[in-house]
Formats: sequence, structure tokens, C-alpha cells
Amino acid sequence: MAVSDVTTSDTYAVSVRRWPITRLLEDERWLAFVLLLPTLVLLGLFIAYPFVKGVELSVTDAKVGVPGSFVGMQNFALLLNDSIFRVAVWNTVVYTAVTTVFKLALGLWLALLLNRNFKGKAFTRAFILLPFIIPTVLSTFAWKWMFDPTFSVINWTLFRLGLIGTRINWLGDPSLALISVIIVNIWRGVPFYAISLLAGLQTINPELQDAAAIDGARPWQRFWYVTWPLLLPVTMVVVLFSVIQTFADFQLVYVLTGGGPANATHLFATYAYQIGVGTGLLSQGAAISLAMFPVLLVVVIVQLLYIRRVETL
Amino acid sequence: MARVEIRNLNKTFDGVHAVKDVNLEINDKEFVVLVGPSGCGKTTTLRMVAGLESISSGEVLIGDKVVNELPPMDRDIAMVFQNYALYPHMNVYDNMAFGLKMRRFGRAEIDARVKAAAEILGIQAQLQRKPRQLSGGQRQRVALGRAIVRHPKVFLFDEPLSNLDAKLRVQMRVEIKKIHARLGTTAIYVTHDQVEAMTLGDRVVVMRDGVVQQVGEPLELYNAPANRFVAGFIGSPAMNFATVTIAADADGLLWANNEGIHIKLPAEVAGRLRKHVGESVTLGIRPEDLRAAASSDAADLAVDVIVEVVEKLGSEILLDVKVGPSTMVAAVEPTVRAKVHDQLRLALNPDRLYFFDGASQAAI
Repeated sequence: MAVSDVTTSDTYAVSVRRWPITRLLEDERWLAFVLLLPTLVLLGLFIAYPFVKGVELSVTDAKVGVPGSFVGMQNFALLLNDSIFRVAVWNTVVYTAVTTVFKLALGLWLALLLNRNFKGKAFTRAFILLPFIIPTVLSTFAWKWMFDPTFSVINWTLFRLGLIGTRINWLGDPSLALISVIIVNIWRGVPFYAISLLAGLQTINPELQDAAAIDGARPWQRFWYVTWPLLLPVTMVVVLFSVIQTFADFQLVYVLTGGGPANATHLFATYAYQIGVGTGLLSQGAAISLAMFPVLLVVVIVQLLYIRRVETL
Repeated sequence: MARVEIRNLNKTFDGVHAVKDVNLEINDKEFVVLVGPSGCGKTTTLRMVAGLESISSGEVLIGDKVVNELPPMDRDIAMVFQNYALYPHMNVYDNMAFGLKMRRFGRAEIDARVKAAAEILGIQAQLQRKPRQLSGGQRQRVALGRAIVRHPKVFLFDEPLSNLDAKLRVQMRVEIKKIHARLGTTAIYVTHDQVEAMTLGDRVVVMRDGVVQQVGEPLELYNAPANRFVAGFIGSPAMNFATVTIAADADGLLWANNEGIHIKLPAEVAGRLRKHVGESVTLGIRPEDLRAAASSDAADLAVDVIVEVVEKLGSEILLDVKVGPSTMVAAVEPTVRAKVHDQLRLALNPDRLYFFDGASQAAI
């Protein structure tokens, strides 16, 4: 009797003393809003605000120290007639397309190799990640030295092997410079592909390989009919991330060539930086950056739709 | 259809000798089951027959032809895997047709074979479904179908029922047996479940630590186990064992003794045990060969026990009892009224006493 008395009065006390906020949070809609708030603030502050600000800048004639006024689409119109911009667009497309193809092919090849059983497997897998782990600026400086016209270790090796007679000016020749930049990007990007695809491969039941072998599939048929279709969803996600990253790449070109020689290796990001920050034409820089947006949007939409289709198959 | 022969087969993985000198002849149309606890080398043996595992030494012959160096695809075998191993991105039809497509069969032939197999297995309605839309039993049927359509020389089964629930397992077991009766294809079946082995196999191969313990028809293994391991592995509940000393009395009769057991050995058994007098041997008695003793039963072929657990199964009652220092299980008639802590006298079936050598554990 005494026990039940205590319990009842306690419950009563709690319900009376409840804070109004607690009562508000009993409502799931309010609770959901409160729980989402931190994310909303972060996304708004660091993604939505800069994006809106960028759009705002791109339709003004702002310069460093000059707030500028509204000029409509003038900045974009200027870009259409800018030959360096056209080179940058072309470079970005080539850079993204070529590196993606090579990174996917080499990464897949490495992943298939690493998916086998061999001694020192764990060590090799960790080792493969090195180019991805080293800060890009640091590793790019190492490459810059390797491409140096005078001290190039690549030239020295090729020369000693008797493959070349004269030094190759890796970064000084406009077309070679773009190739050099592409090589470094592939070198840095392959580990990401290899490790991600390896993770994908490991989700595939190894019994399927046995089953296919008994069903009469040769090794390449086993890859083509069993492994590849099952790896496709992972591959699409990896390619999606990689394309976005590569399309907006900055550090590598900035460190290696600075967009040169003679603006031959500019990408969207480096050109936007040169115009916007280097030259101080903030509005035009913003316009160049924004020009990337529609392309990336289309890439993302197409790939996400494709991934959804593959996953519901 | 073909006979399969395994000669002195060995497998060594990184210094572990997983399969040791296995010899086995499997006749055309025969259903042979390899059974043993996990790690006994049964699956490795099967995978060597399939060509999925390299052979360290010895020979595998399929249809009188050595296939050691042939890849799986050229051995004309079909295999059913434990986890079904269905291609998740293909529908049921394509899963079954895959092996035929790889072997360049015509479209009409593929269609006819897939439909025929689907009919045998009762999965015609599921042909357009993806594996993940199927139940466990249906998946297992598709895996069987994939093996059937190929009309292979040999079926290999690697624990195909171990992922199914108990009821479905019994049902699929019957179905596999029916399919084998209908197609007559030589089959090698690996399982760790002795009930599956006994019910499916024309002959059963018991393995342990990579070594074949005994090969024989199911009842042969049950009635005349070659050693203590086979005796304990085959039969459920398992055979009871007790260490006893063989002694001869003044009349020349043999007795088996320990702290709880003092039984006079029947003449037939005594003949075999005469040269073990004074030695310690293992006595084996199956639970079903123990029964509640009646007053007419001879006291010298019975044991006094204390009941520890009573399990009422309906058709019989399992009694976990204490016999001297050791415990035994007795399967007694459901009419026996026994409670925990009861003292009870159990009579031993004199025709079904097993003795195993104390050192080698081989049957005496």
C-alpha cells in the first residue's frame, strides 16, 4: 500500500514539473526538426551560402575592393569569347575523360590482382594506397622534380636505357604538359579506384566463381558475365565521385604547371582561381566556376539514375 | 553417367595434410555420401573431384579417364553449393541456362532443357524471378535445376541442405532422392549430418582428419562400425561408451567391469574378447539397445542407474542416466514412468554389445 502511494505521487510530480520544451519535443515533427538543425546549419553555412554568394558575384562586376553592381549575364557572355576559357573547358573534358578511363582500367586490374590470395597481401594493399595518402601538394612537388627539364630522373633513365637522344621538356611543351598532368592524376587516382573496387569485389560471393567455372565459363567469361555485372553498382559510384573530383581538380595543375605553359594546361578551377584571385576579377572568376556546375549536375543526375536502375534490376 | 575412382588422393595446404590417401570407387548411378565432422577433408575431396582444388598427389578418374589436369568445365560434372551460388543478377531461367549457353547449346535446346528441369523441380512459375525474390527452398531447387539441365556425368553436392530449416531439409532430402532415382546420375554428396548420409546414400564414406574411417552401406555402418569414431558418429542419439576391464572368473566366463558396470559377456562376444582379458577396452551400447529391465531379466546383463534428465519425445523417452562415474543415454519405451533421481535397472541387449580396442579404438 505504502509503495503504491509513493509511486503515484512521484508520477504526478514528474508530469507537473515537465518543461514546456520537453512537451514540445514529444511531438515528432518538432523533434525531427531539432535533430536536423545542426546539419542544416552546417550545410547552409559552408555549402549553400558560398554557392549563393558565388551566383550573386557572377552577375555583378565586383573586383577586389569594389563591391560591384548588377550586370546580368555579361560575365558569361565574355567567357564565350575567351579563347583561354575555351582551352580550359577542352582541357577539363580531356583531362577528366582520359584519366577516368585509365584510372578505372588500371584500378580494376589492380583490384582483381589484390583480390587473390598471396603472401604479404595486407602489406601490399596498404602500400598501394600510398599515392592516395600522401598530401597531393607534396607528391606533386616530387613529380615536378621528376619532370624537371634538367634534373628529370625520368629523362635520365630513358637516356641511359638508350630510348631517347635528347632531353624531353615534360612541362615546357604545351601538349606534353597536359599529358604529364594527366599521368600524375592517374598515378594519384588509381589507389582510390583499386581499393574501392577491391572492397566491391570482396562483397561478391567467391562460390559464384566456382559455380561459373563448373558451368563452363572461361576466366574472361567469368569476369564478363559474373564479376563485372555484380561490380557495376560499386563501379558507378566510384566513377561518379572520381569524375566530380577530377572535373574540379585544382592542386595538381596549380603546383605542376600553374596552368602554363602559355595557359595550355588550365582547367576550370585553376583558370577561375587565376582570374578571380590572381587578377582580382572576382565576378568573372565566379562565373568560370559556375560554368562547371551544369556539366557536373548532368553527370550526377545521369549516374544516380543509372545506379538506381542497376540496383533495382 | 560414369563411374568415379579416387586413387591415393592427398591434399596439403600450407603444411596441413587435409586429405590423406583417400581411395574410393564409385559405381555408375551410385549415390555416395561423404560424411564427417567439419574439417575432416570431405569438402576438399569433393572439390578435388570437381577440379576446383588442385590435387597434391594421387588420381581422380571420371568415366575411367584421369582428370587431374582437366579444368572443371572439361570434367562434365555439375555441382550444387552450400550457399546455392546462384548468379544474383540473372533470373532463374538464365541461372539454369548459363551453363548451356557457355557450352554453346542452341536456343531451342536450352529452352527445352530448362523447362524440363523446372517442371521436375516445380519452379515453372518462378523462371522470371531473381534469386533474391525466392525462398531458401526455391533457391535450392534452382541450384539443383542448374545441375540437372547440363545432363552431366556426375553430380557433386556440397552440403546443399545445411542452410535450410529442419522441415524443409527433410522435404528436399526426399526430393533429391527422387531426382536421383529418376535421372540415375552418379552422385557424390558431402554432408556433416549423419541422418542425411544414412537416408540418401547407397553407400556412405565416413571421414575423420582427412582419413577414410569406413565405407559401407548405411546399415552396415550402423550395425558393424569399424571403430569407435564411426560407432559414435553414426546413429542418433549417439552410442554410449564406457571404459571397462575384461576379467575371467573361475568358470572361464568373461565379465566386463568398472565402478558402475558388472556384466557377464554372452558367449559369442566372449570368444572375440578372450585375448583381451585383463585389458582395458571400450564398451559401446546404443541408447536404443538399453531398456527398462523387467524382473525376469538376468541381473548379470543389466546396469543400475540414476536418472538425471528425462526427455519425453512421444514415440520414446530419452533418459540421461548416471552409471557409476559415467553418463549414458537410454531410449526407452514411452510407457516407462521414470522421474529425475529415480533408481532404475536397465537391461542391455546382449546381441548388440560393441567393444573397441583400448589403444587403437578399432572394433574387436
